[in-house]
Amino acid sequence: METVSTVSFPSAETGNRTRPPFQFPRSSFVYARESVVKVILLLCALVSVFTTLGIVVVLSVQAYEFFQEVPIWDFLTDTQWTPLFSDQHFGILPLLTGTLLTSFIALLVSVPLGLIIAVFLSEYAAAPVRKTVKPFLEVLAGIPTIVYGYFALITVTPLLQHFFPTLSGFNALSPGIVMGIMILPLVTSLSEDALRSVPSGLREGGYALGASKLQVSLSIVFPSAFSGIIASIILALSRAVGETMIVAIAAGQLPQITLNPMNPVATMTTYIVSVSQGDTPHGTLAYNTIFAVAIALFIFTFILNIISFRIRKKFLAVGGD
Amino acid sequence: MYKVETRDVNLFYGNTHALKNVTMGILEYQVVAMIGPSGCGKSTYLRLFNRMNDMIDGVRIEGEVLLSGKDIYNGGTRVEEIRKKVGMVFQKPNPFPKTIFENVAYGLRINGISNKKFIEETVERSLKQAALWDEVKDELKKSALALSGGQQQRLCIARALAVEPSVILMDEPASALDPISSAKIEELIWELKKKYTIIIVTHNMQQAARVSDKTAFFYLGELIEFNDTKELFMNPKHERTQNYITGRFG
Repeated sequence: METVSTVSFPSAETGNRTRPPFQFPRSSFVYARESVVKVILLLCALVSVFTTLGIVVVLSVQAYEFFQEVPIWDFLTDTQWTPLFSDQHFGILPLLTGTLLTSFIALLVSVPLGLIIAVFLSEYAAAPVRKTVKPFLEVLAGIPTIVYGYFALITVTPLLQHFFPTLSGFNALSPGIVMGIMILPLVTSLSEDALRSVPSGLREGGYALGASKLQVSLSIVFPSAFSGIIASIILALSRAVGETMIVAIAAGQLPQITLNPMNPVATMTTYIVSVSQGDTPHGTLAYNTIFAVAIALFIFTFILNIISFRIRKKFLAVGGD
Repeated sequence: MYKVETRDVNLFYGNTHALKNVTMGILEYQVVAMIGPSGCGKSTYLRLFNRMNDMIDGVRIEGEVLLSGKDIYNGGTRVEEIRKKVGMVFQKPNPFPKTIFENVAYGLRINGISNKKFIEETVERSLKQAALWDEVKDELKKSALALSGGQQQRLCIARALAVEPSVILMDEPASALDPISSAKIEELIWELKKKYTIIIVTHNMQQAARVSDKTAFFYLGELIEFNDTKELFMNPKHERTQNYITGRFG
């Protein structure tokens, strides 16, 4: 038994004695290069981590200084935002309602339209149609927001004034609508992905029971992709909340608590723009407001992103099988 | 008269000739098994009867497919109507992401039936017919996705039964299941044949031998042999059939 095994399979020891073990040429150099590459890759990855941390730290420190002078309670509950006036008020609510109003209008435009387009592309459109329509939609996402801003101010607002003569030159409605068009590709594209990832077996199951295409799309595919669709909407909302240029140009930069879309409003982002571009001296309380607003905005979008991320993860867990 | 019948059916996917002059008739309350190597056209043939092939781009069908003597492709009947008469169970259990109850009720709801009592009765009857009622009667509001694979497959059978079809197509209904669940499905087929005509595609020849009255052997899109199951397995007329059932190819 032993002789047989040594004859047919020489042990490693015997093999080493008869011929030297195989050596990879310049192996130490290869190993060194490997580890250098590893470190470089790690550093690249860390850039994004440190950038995020840096932003959070800078915002927090500056905002801390601000909140030393303005109580956080006033910041959250005061109904006026007048840091640049002699009678200073630091209530975030007007900026918050402005942000919510324009974002809400954007969602009113982009969600129904985006979902209809997504269902059409995923369930109805033939391949050539989808291949033509999708690039056009994605072009929408590539248009600079400043172009959208002027489009809102110069084209959409006058158009809307035909229908609503009381609409002021600067208002929440027009930039809201244009912002809705801007985030349309986001809603469409992510929702379409969610719809298309619904296993085709479910569709077949519906058709086999005699369901029509519309019934299958609405009562099987759509609910199956629901969490993915919700995630896309939240992501689009967080994009709208953070959008700056369109509202800065067309919304009027007037901080007031209003739910009337005909009125001019200021959003959190537009306030930051106006102060950082204006002649407010650095280091003053008025200047530090932008950090307080920024961190509020940061927390707001951060929470939206986390919710969206959670839902998407859940959706992947369900839709993956 | 045959319950379902095909006359000289040819089917093409683009340039691929997937079914060649298939003529076959199936009597009511029979279980017919379709066997043959992968790609032989048996699943494609099965899907003729509820027109599921229609959804594939570039498919072309010639010949006649008859359900209770009526041509289902040219008879002017809407495809949705045909699918209500011809139920289907798929290889992979495909319950909808809804509750157990709603899965079975789905076929009724899409037909605009909203009578609560009628729906409840139908759901119960269908689940009983599919031998699933005792296992799920206390958790009808639970998600169907929480069921085991075998239970899901019986749920899909119950879902198909709820719209009261007369023919049930089964495309390898037990191939994704463990042996015990698989045996339950086979038992169920025995029960269902009292009221339904069943056509089943299977890769498992023992299964075909156990559950079916007649067996059809397909090879490269042709119907090679169609006979009583016993006869086909014990005494195949064609060499190809014999080679296949004895495991010499395929």
